[in-house]
Amino acid sequence: MASSTANVNVSFFDYQGGRKGILGWILSVDHKRIGILYLISMMIFFAVGVTFGFLMRLELIAPDRTIMDPQTYNSIFTLHGVIMIFLFIIPGLPAVFGNFFLPIMIGAADVAFPRLNLLSWWLFVIGGLLAITSIIMPGGAPDTGWTFYIPYSVRTSTNVIPALMAAFILGFSSILTGLNFVVTVHRLRAKGMTFFRLPLFIWALYSTAWIQVLATPIIGITLLLVTFERLFSVGIFDPSLGGDPVLYQHLFWIYSHPAVYIMIIPAMGVISEVIPVFARRTIFGYKFIAFSSVGIALFGSLVWAHHMFTVGMSGVAMIVFSVLTFLVAIPSAVKVFNWVSTLYKGSIVVEPPLYYALAFIFLFSIGGFTGLIQGALSVNLHIHDTSFIVAHFHYVMFGGTGFGIFTAMHYWWPKMFGRMYNKKVSIVGFWTLFVGFNVLYFPMFVMGWLGMPRRYYDYLPEYHIYHLISTIGSWILIIGLLIMFINLLKALKSGEKVTKENYWGGETLEWKCPTPPYVFNFEFTPEVHAGPYEYKQNDESEKKVEEEVVQ
Amino acid sequence: MSSHDSHNENAHAHKPSYGIYILIWVALLILTGLTVAVAGINFGNLTVITALTVASVKSYLVLEYFMHLKHEKKMFWLFVYTSLFFLGVSLILLFADYTFLEGN
Repeated sequence: MASSTANVNVSFFDYQGGRKGILGWILSVDHKRIGILYLISMMIFFAVGVTFGFLMRLELIAPDRTIMDPQTYNSIFTLHGVIMIFLFIIPGLPAVFGNFFLPIMIGAADVAFPRLNLLSWWLFVIGGLLAITSIIMPGGAPDTGWTFYIPYSVRTSTNVIPALMAAFILGFSSILTGLNFVVTVHRLRAKGMTFFRLPLFIWALYSTAWIQVLATPIIGITLLLVTFERLFSVGIFDPSLGGDPVLYQHLFWIYSHPAVYIMIIPAMGVISEVIPVFARRTIFGYKFIAFSSVGIALFGSLVWAHHMFTVGMSGVAMIVFSVLTFLVAIPSAVKVFNWVSTLYKGSIVVEPPLYYALAFIFLFSIGGFTGLIQGALSVNLHIHDTSFIVAHFHYVMFGGTGFGIFTAMHYWWPKMFGRMYNKKVSIVGFWTLFVGFNVLYFPMFVMGWLGMPRRYYDYLPEYHIYHLISTIGSWILIIGLLIMFINLLKALKSGEKVTKENYWGGETLEWKCPTPPYVFNFEFTPEVHAGPYEYKQNDESEKKVEEEVVQ
Repeated sequence: MSSHDSHNENAHAHKPSYGIYILIWVALLILTGLTVAVAGINFGNLTVITALTVASVKSYLVLEYFMHLKHEKKMFWLFVYTSLFFLGVSLILLFADYTFLEGN
């Protein structure tokens, strides 16, 4: 915190620090500015990822060649995966909204290591640019799929090493963010902010941060080993050199499955914030939701090999991992039941963030249930590597985390920027997006069940109708995205100005600081005397009703 | 700040003497020598376990003394051993595959 408070009680947008203009942003250690830097860079990468997805779907609108050759198609689905996973979904909520709101929601002035925080953004940008550069470098864009499976990733002549290095650098960015969050939650909570008074978004970020710190180094070292394998033919994974390709898959998924929870847990945290605010009541089962985040982080780290049921693992391992997969559904279901129970008998106010939050619950539930279907060993053999799995993880990752990010945007936009978007347009955008999403991804469940393999460039005529519907869905979805983003961006310029602290009537600390927040968030360091969802305005209105009844 | 202030004063209050550090260093050298010495002996299935046990003792000494874990608050202990616990569980689950593979 600065020694002088003479000029820091201004909005973080207006604060004139040592550096001005763009340097005042890209060299700023203010967690809010870093959060916005992440938001901007992430949205650019997201736009690239969406474009690749759109092109893939366009190619698949009819059998045979439509707009590209098979090699280009392989590169495009690889880059779509790498960009969406490593540059959008994984950093999405922790890096943008975690950075912006974690310190505010625990009553701190910043994260524990602000410079490390800035470094993590720089690493993110460098890693992202390296991933994009791998497309245009001589040798051709990588074509391995985002999983870089051995032995193909050792043998292909495309730019696998730059893509591996990009993922390696992005991993470091993620570790630093996680480390920062763990330390911040332990060391910088305001007076009275006990662990059981932490908002559930913070519990989610805290659990996620642990996974980031513990699991990411494993993918880092694994990707380095693949690089060594390519450069020096060491023989760790490549079977022709005496290596074990299944070991690669184990090491890859030891990180990459928990990474799924790095993606989804913060989104669940956002939903846990939004539901009680718009139901105008205390969240149902606070401790259960808090511990379920930890439970998902814990069990989620132990289920990685359910991605590998067809590689020839031992029967014992398959049974163990199948059972663990079913167990991880329990804490996820705890959350869903508690959100729905919170809505029950609440005084529900239907605003745009609630639309997105409800869509999250609906889509995530479909994604979660279809995950359980695949967790069963016998069924997994039937649908493994089909478009059923593509549909499943898009329902979880996009329908879940993606909609979680959109929920967070609509919920916190007025607080972050002091401007309000057009609510009617955002609801139109929502419905377009929601319809487009389901039209795009649901046919994949059907054709996957019927046997359509994933990642295939061409297909048999009987799958045409499903691909056609799916591609039309992608157009509707993109229109929805455009409506939503244009509406949000337009708000920055000409949206209604917001100055009141508590726009939605929330009880967590971000609604008690100025809009937009001051440089060090609060004029005075807050003291916390109650839990995060104790709705005083409800109590007051109830008191009034009681008084009237008594009179 | 809840647990914010009381840490640093205590953390380095009981710094061990240089003598302890030298002793630990000698112990690490002896254990390294032991690793090299037993590398030539065939313990069968116990070979890996022997090597890992010696390495674990060495890691323990480094963590406790050179990285000052012995003199830190229990919270740091919890962090380090939670990480080790996860590593251990991951290894056990990994070997749930390799140990029971047909042909092994």
